[in-house]
Amino acid sequence: MTKEEIIAAGGTKVAAKPRLLMDVNMHYCPGCSHGVVHKILAEVIDELGLEDSAIGVAPVGCAVFAYNYIDVDWVEAAHGRAPAVATGLARLNPDATVFTYQGDGDLAAIGTCETIHACNRGENIAIIFINNGIYGMTGGQMAPTTLEGMKTSTTPYGRRVDLNGYPLKITDLVKELDGTCYVTREAVHTPAAVRKAKAAIRQALMNARDKKGTSFVEIVSTCNSGWKMSPDKANKWMEENMFEKYPLGELKNTVNPK
Amino acid sequence: MENKEEIKLLKGNEAIAHAAIRYGVDGYFGYPITPQSEVLETLEALMPWETTGMVVLQAESEVAAINMVYGGASSGKAVMTSSSSPGVSLKQEGISYIAAGELPALIVNVMRGGPGLGTIQPSQADYFQAVKGGGHGDYHLIVLAPASVQEMADFVGLGFDLAFKYRTPAMILADGVIGQMMEKVVLPPARPRRTDEEIVALCPWAARGKFGRKQRNVSTTLELDPQAMEKNNIRLQETYRRIEAGEVRFEEYMTEDADYLIVAFGCMARICRKAIEDARACGLKVGLLRPITLWPFPTEAIKALSGQVRGILVAELNAGQMIDDVRLAVEGRTPVCHFGRTGGIVPNPQEVLNALCKDFNVEMEDAK
Amino acid sequence: MAKVIGTVEINSAKCKGCNLCVVACPTEVLALRPKEVNDRGYHFAYAAKPDQCIGCASCALVCPDACIEVYRAVVK
Repeated sequence: MTKEEIIAAGGTKVAAKPRLLMDVNMHYCPGCSHGVVHKILAEVIDELGLEDSAIGVAPVGCAVFAYNYIDVDWVEAAHGRAPAVATGLARLNPDATVFTYQGDGDLAAIGTCETIHACNRGENIAIIFINNGIYGMTGGQMAPTTLEGMKTSTTPYGRRVDLNGYPLKITDLVKELDGTCYVTREAVHTPAAVRKAKAAIRQALMNARDKKGTSFVEIVSTCNSGWKMSPDKANKWMEENMFEKYPLGELKNTVNPK
Repeated sequence: MENKEEIKLLKGNEAIAHAAIRYGVDGYFGYPITPQSEVLETLEALMPWETTGMVVLQAESEVAAINMVYGGASSGKAVMTSSSSPGVSLKQEGISYIAAGELPALIVNVMRGGPGLGTIQPSQADYFQAVKGGGHGDYHLIVLAPASVQEMADFVGLGFDLAFKYRTPAMILADGVIGQMMEKVVLPPARPRRTDEEIVALCPWAARGKFGRKQRNVSTTLELDPQAMEKNNIRLQETYRRIEAGEVRFEEYMTEDADYLIVAFGCMARICRKAIEDARACGLKVGLLRPITLWPFPTEAIKALSGQVRGILVAELNAGQMIDDVRLAVEGRTPVCHFGRTGGIVPNPQEVLNALCKDFNVEMEDAK
Repeated sequence: MAKVIGTVEINSAKCKGCNLCVVACPTEVLALRPKEVNDRGYHFAYAAKPDQCIGCASCALVCPDACIEVYRAVVK
């Protein structure tokens, strides 16, 4: 069947490149989770009618060029400072819907202080947190979220907790803060997971728009280049290893409690 | 708040806060550190969010505060922060980003003695940091050096005006004396904060949400293409040349017939004025050049005076920093010496005068 | 009985050949070109068995580069 035949049979387009995703090649490696998250983020911004009011804050890390891919206003922050930059933007632009997009090194290592305090103040922002357990951009070094025993370029024999401490479950930490209204952990490795992650990002952006407090969406992700696996194997490895330490599911929701 | 001039007796730090509200500043992000905490305290007490809508926030760190400023400035708002030396060191990363992003912002440094945690007493030892850039990369701040509480108030407006005119961060480089002392100050009439329409007109580059704008705005300092990055640098340097050509500010005092010149800024300039009066009472013709902008530096004015005087004394509350810029201006035409105290010690006029006489081998009685 | 039919259009120039759509497809429609590459050197995905497509859009959902369009119709 061709596209024309399907349409002639009364069919419709059910999936396409989101309107707000810029028509450029993303710099991410093949199979990278970032692309999927960018895609659903662009869809949600459009579906909620936030094209005009959204301001994104890009991190330092693989997503440093996030601003090249979604057609809204952006500010590129220094490493780890996105929640502070977003605080300034959100406080001074109450009509805007401000979100940050950060990786695990940016958010949970160098930016821990800014993350915790923005969440604790209940800044009206959405934080989208990509946790792939590694520093991708700089070449696969250990991140705060790197699993015990996981090999990286700075833990070539595997992460040892006696040397490097434990994997940081920062999402569980921010859940405890009174300023957060919505905290969830998602993934984008299957069609069903993508749908759930999209619903989570939608909830987070709605909360930011409606000034409900800080929303925090962790996306447990793969870095197949850094993990040195094919994209498909990386997804399987994530299911078998990452989900044990970082189990998926909603951790907190004061806006729409179940 | 009255929409007219008002005379008050204020500390320098308090004057900054009052002037910020009256200028129509949109946001202040600060963190407590002696000797500048009164800026944040005064703003919190005055509650400008109830009157002008100005945002005041105590951040979790100086690092966070400057990055809140970066965010606010990216959206075209008039935003500022204040701190003192160790805190300003922490802000340098953010200041470099603000300069690279060609964003207007105002940073106040009420200097205390260093290095390290140092002392809470006054100092001028952050001169190099302020005028040579401070953080990484090739950039400058417009640096204003107030010598009175009145100038603390006046330079808030001047700093923002220049910052927006040239799209570059400006710094008020004060010291613990100017921050803490009380003086009469005439506060300017209050003006409203800029409206959204005014911001859009003044800052078409602002990343504040598209709101109907066809092209999106992105505030970034990243450019991996060397050709494009060099262009960015050349554009910054062109801005700095325009600032150097148009914004040098200084004050001369009794220089017309001076045989000796003192160059000093901030609280040190006040001490030197008294020293000059004392010297003249003894027949020694000394004049003062007080740089008001430390960057751009009054190079031409000092160069001109260097052909007239027998020697120049650079007096600073540091171990010798501004003297480098004076020497570059003088180019060996006349001897240049330094007098400085560190550690938070503020000298009296007699010490300055003694240094001048010793360095240039003059005796006050001879002068008579 | 109603039957769901679908088709995919893949932007082969943008495809990076990550294979995630191939794995996600429940009806084994998709495959990577075994020899042919696009101008960035990737073995791009294509509909190897287009008649099996049910238009479920699983491929498009997991595609990191948003290079798959899916069309679906219900025929009686």
